[in-house]
Amino acid sequence: MAGLQANMELLRKLLVGFVRDEVRKVGISKVVLGLSGGIDSALVAFIAAEAVGPKNVHAICMPYKTSNPESEAHARLVATACGVNFSVTPITPMVDAYFDIFPDADNMRRGNKMARERMTILFDQSAFLRALVLGTSNKTELLLGYGTLYGDMASALNPIGDIYKSQVWQLSRTMGIPAEVIEKQPSADLWAGQTDEEELGFSYRQVDELLYRMVDQRLTKPELAAEGFENEFIDSIYTKIQNSHFKRRLPVIAKVSNRTIDRDFRYARDWGK
Amino acid sequence: MDFTAVLAQIRPKLGCVADNLAIIEEQIAKAKETGADLIVFPELALSGYFLKDLVPEVALRIDSPEILHLIELSLGISIAIGFVEETDDYHFFNSALYLEDGTIRHLHRKVYLPTYGLFDEQRYLARGTAFRAFDTKFGRFGMLICEDMWHLSASYILAMDGATTLICLSSSPARGIDGDSLGSASAWQKLVSTTALFLNCRVLYSNRVGFEDGVNFWGGSEYIAPSGESIVRGALFDEDFVTAKVDEGALRRERIFSPMMRDENLFVTMQELGRIAHERGR
Repeated sequence: MAGLQANMELLRKLLVGFVRDEVRKVGISKVVLGLSGGIDSALVAFIAAEAVGPKNVHAICMPYKTSNPESEAHARLVATACGVNFSVTPITPMVDAYFDIFPDADNMRRGNKMARERMTILFDQSAFLRALVLGTSNKTELLLGYGTLYGDMASALNPIGDIYKSQVWQLSRTMGIPAEVIEKQPSADLWAGQTDEEELGFSYRQVDELLYRMVDQRLTKPELAAEGFENEFIDSIYTKIQNSHFKRRLPVIAKVSNRTIDRDFRYARDWGK
Repeated sequence: MDFTAVLAQIRPKLGCVADNLAIIEEQIAKAKETGADLIVFPELALSGYFLKDLVPEVALRIDSPEILHLIELSLGISIAIGFVEETDDYHFFNSALYLEDGTIRHLHRKVYLPTYGLFDEQRYLARGTAFRAFDTKFGRFGMLICEDMWHLSASYILAMDGATTLICLSSSPARGIDGDSLGSASAWQKLVSTTALFLNCRVLYSNRVGFEDGVNFWGGSEYIAPSGESIVRGALFDEDFVTAKVDEGALRRERIFSPMMRDENLFVTMQELGRIAHERGR
């Protein structure tokens, strides 16, 4: 599909330019990001290295004891390939200390806690290094709500939030990300053997084709059905987008004054920049 | 007459009039040094684009010190520039000034304020109500601000009013990455070329660069000959200082070769538009 087959040269220029411009205009030269060993953060690391220079990029791998050891190895491989600073900060002690109090917590609670633990590390390092936190959520997971609010969804700047997973794969190939990182099954790596596509119940390629037509091209439901998508699949994805919309917005504020933040007090974030 | 125009492809800072004025002064000085006759800045060059509630804060009256200073600078070079204009009755317009020999030759207020998709201009700004051609040292000009040009009637009116040079000041956001070239850039390139070709006019298109809240402005400022041919085009995404040698002979030759504007029947157009307006009004 034409829309998902993006022009990689242009996309690369736009995303690299975005990081360079938006970082420097706030008077900062460095960025920090979590490097999981997966493809999304690998791509962001490569984009950042090209944008602000590898020496100004701090990639932090934050494994939990159940994380696949291969993930850390892949993170290291990516950091070496693009030349960025690399460090490892395990989150096991902090996460375990908390769940000692709530030993019955399920996988979802544990996964969210891990994502938020990593966020606190990145924002602490942001202040320490004077570096902006780069987000690594792609458009597919942002639309599906497949991320943790105030966890991996938290960042200062997100270069890949408007490109689908299928485009992340394409751009990663163009930018020379190590093949083993591109080719492995996407996983949140919260427990052994977990894969995104198994958990979601569909493949990224399938859902990207639907999302592109539904969100970008605004095809109606009958038009989507005519293109061969099952009604049940269309409905379930629509519901996922709707039900996760709160994750894509600021907290709702009760309006009482004439100028309420974000409703009638409206300024760009780049105000004065 | 032949003249040299500079398309100043700058990167304004959002909401920082003083900083932007400094950038603009620097560009004017540079253009003067190179012997240019005219310098064209982008839409809202003095303020940046996604202003939202900043509109009243960055707005300038045409007798403000900043504008008076620019008028003074036009003693050495003609200047076309975009800014937020504040009027006596406190309306705010997305305006463009054409300054020449220390006077305001023309003020255009953007008529078509895009308010869809990523645009929200009509929420914050008042609509202009006229397209008027005006005389300059270099012939009769018409000014358009960005979205104005997407309305065929706007360029048509200016051409029928005698303009042979159309200046378009723009802050066009980059979007569309599925083709060989940037979607919004190729759409604009088709538009300026076709407009020039249909109206036997030159087009001077000045577009900004930089990012505001993740939105890129793609540049690509361009001079199009009356044949529709792109004579010079600025860099994509980067700041640039595009020098266009505007050739009077090319305009004359094109108007002899394809005299569509001579043959354009204003009476038929008026009659049919009048009929349509009448029928719609019923």
